[in-house]
Amino acid sequence: MNSPHQSTAVITGTSPTHSVQSAGDHAGVAISTAGLSKRFGDQLAVADLDLSVPTGSVYGFLGPNGSGKTTTIRMLLGLVKPTSGAVELLGRPIPAGAGDVLPHVGALVEGPAFHPYLSGRDNLLRLDAADRSVSGKDARGRVGEALERVGLGAAAAKRYRAYSLGMRQRLGLAAALLRPRELVVLDEPTNGLDPQGTREVRAIIRDIAAGGTTVFVSSHLLSEVEQVCSHVGVMSHGRLIFSGTLNSLRHAADTVVRVETSSPAAAAAVLHCNGTAEPQIRSGEVVATLQDAHPEELVAMLVERGVPVRQFVVALPDLEDVFVQLTGEGFDVDG
Amino acid sequence: MSTAELIRPASASRIPRLRARLLGSELRLVLRRRRNLGMLAALAAVPILLGVIVRITSGPDAGQGPPLLDQVAHNGFFLGLAALVFALPLFLPMVLGVVAGDSVAGEANLGTLRNLLVVPAGRTRLLLVKAAGIAVYALAAVAIILASGLITGAVLFPSGEVVTLSGTVIGYGEALGRALLIAGYMAVMMSALGAIGLFFSTLTEVPMGAMAATVTAAIASQILDAVPQVEAIHPVLPTHWWETFVDLIRDPMYLADVGPGLAVAAGYIAVFMTAAWARITTKDVT
Repeated sequence: MNSPHQSTAVITGTSPTHSVQSAGDHAGVAISTAGLSKRFGDQLAVADLDLSVPTGSVYGFLGPNGSGKTTTIRMLLGLVKPTSGAVELLGRPIPAGAGDVLPHVGALVEGPAFHPYLSGRDNLLRLDAADRSVSGKDARGRVGEALERVGLGAAAAKRYRAYSLGMRQRLGLAAALLRPRELVVLDEPTNGLDPQGTREVRAIIRDIAAGGTTVFVSSHLLSEVEQVCSHVGVMSHGRLIFSGTLNSLRHAADTVVRVETSSPAAAAAVLHCNGTAEPQIRSGEVVATLQDAHPEELVAMLVERGVPVRQFVVALPDLEDVFVQLTGEGFDVDG
Repeated sequence: MSTAELIRPASASRIPRLRARLLGSELRLVLRRRRNLGMLAALAAVPILLGVIVRITSGPDAGQGPPLLDQVAHNGFFLGLAALVFALPLFLPMVLGVVAGDSVAGEANLGTLRNLLVVPAGRTRLLLVKAAGIAVYALAAVAIILASGLITGAVLFPSGEVVTLSGTVIGYGEALGRALLIAGYMAVMMSALGAIGLFFSTLTEVPMGAMAATVTAAIASQILDAVPQVEAIHPVLPTHWWETFVDLIRDPMYLADVGPGLAVAAGYIAVFMTAAWARITTKDVT
């Protein structure tokens, strides 16, 4: 089910309007991988991955749990070595150029992880102290700003142990935002959050992207990132099975027409003769894939043949359905 | 974004200060952690307990009991040294095993290791900072036994001029100098065990496993050291030269065994730091 859709021309109103550059333009690519693979024992966790994330995009990296997303992100950041293939981050090879490029990359990998007996502020100060490229003089200012930005200013002195899951995720985001970044990589930032927390994380992602920062965000739930993404990549069983704009993803699935009628057989015959595929007759209605047929002509034909039509619906595919179609499984299923 | 470029330090001369920031953070992490402070408090309690027991029972007769303990009733100075001998077989290895075993494995277990690596802290730099943290803790552990012993000894027993193990008399001031040398020597010995623990700590994400392995190594070394059939390897056992510290309280100081002791410790530090470096620079952090 490889999809050739790479069209970047059309971005619908639901997508943020970032300047999108063609995937072939090397300078406009924040993340690119070539033939990236990782094998654990006899299990191929990531297989021959060619990823291209345009600069300035909000790239949703989607796939069921266990589809290789986190392993990919670990390789992108130089935490694990690929079995084969190459990674470039902001135009520099990883892991060779990690020391130069990672200060410009903020990351939240596989959920927040901090010292439980240190306060949120002290945890961030420790990470700030590890950064050789910034001065210690402004550490408190940087940490305070990052905490404010994610709404943790009031809980800065609280021990991490006492943080709620939502606060922990936000502290993870604050760590990624300790200094201005060119790229922010967020692995499942909404994992385990309630709807309110998820909304807040989305707001933070929008805020990051508004400053021109490229955001690479993984999720096993499309609905949680759909609203903020301009581009998506879909992983399944270690392979990238779709990559392109959110809009092109919609076109990757089939648009269907649904005709509610008292004569489904007759309607199916009309639909079948007019370019739609596989009309399926259900009780009181016919559903068919639209393909190249024009809905307007179908309506005219149905009326002309005297088929009684109660309702005629052109249903754009639900993105969640597209995913299930692409990955062959629900999004909460372990791969 | 060019802002990121602008805040790069302009001069290379600032690098050493920046390097020290992570070291400072590591020392605070190690020395402020409640568990580690608790272990230091327990070590400080060893000479106090020992002193009270000797005081109540008037201690073993000369030449009887554990080394140095018979000296304590005559001069409180020896209490710290006797406590050190008392803590050497198990207490100190355990305390060092906990701190060294936890150093990398603990961060890997919490997941904070990956945060540090993506900063990027640098794997080699992180290892050196971890090693420094262990060495400082080793010094603190030895020093607190000696300090607590000196204070408790001064309170409970006569002090003043010290009769050395060679029978000569040295002033209390010089004796304190000897105590400092002993603290330094033992800190190196404990750092060698710490290097072994640091290596174990890079092998696993289970801190308890690395801790247990470190303590086991120290105990196994002591058992082998007591088996005459393997006498040939005794000089290269990590624990073999630990009690050599008593040579520093002879007059003049007997240094024939101190040199080999330091050399063997340096060897262990070199070998296990190299192994830990090889491991951490190639390790997949999950």
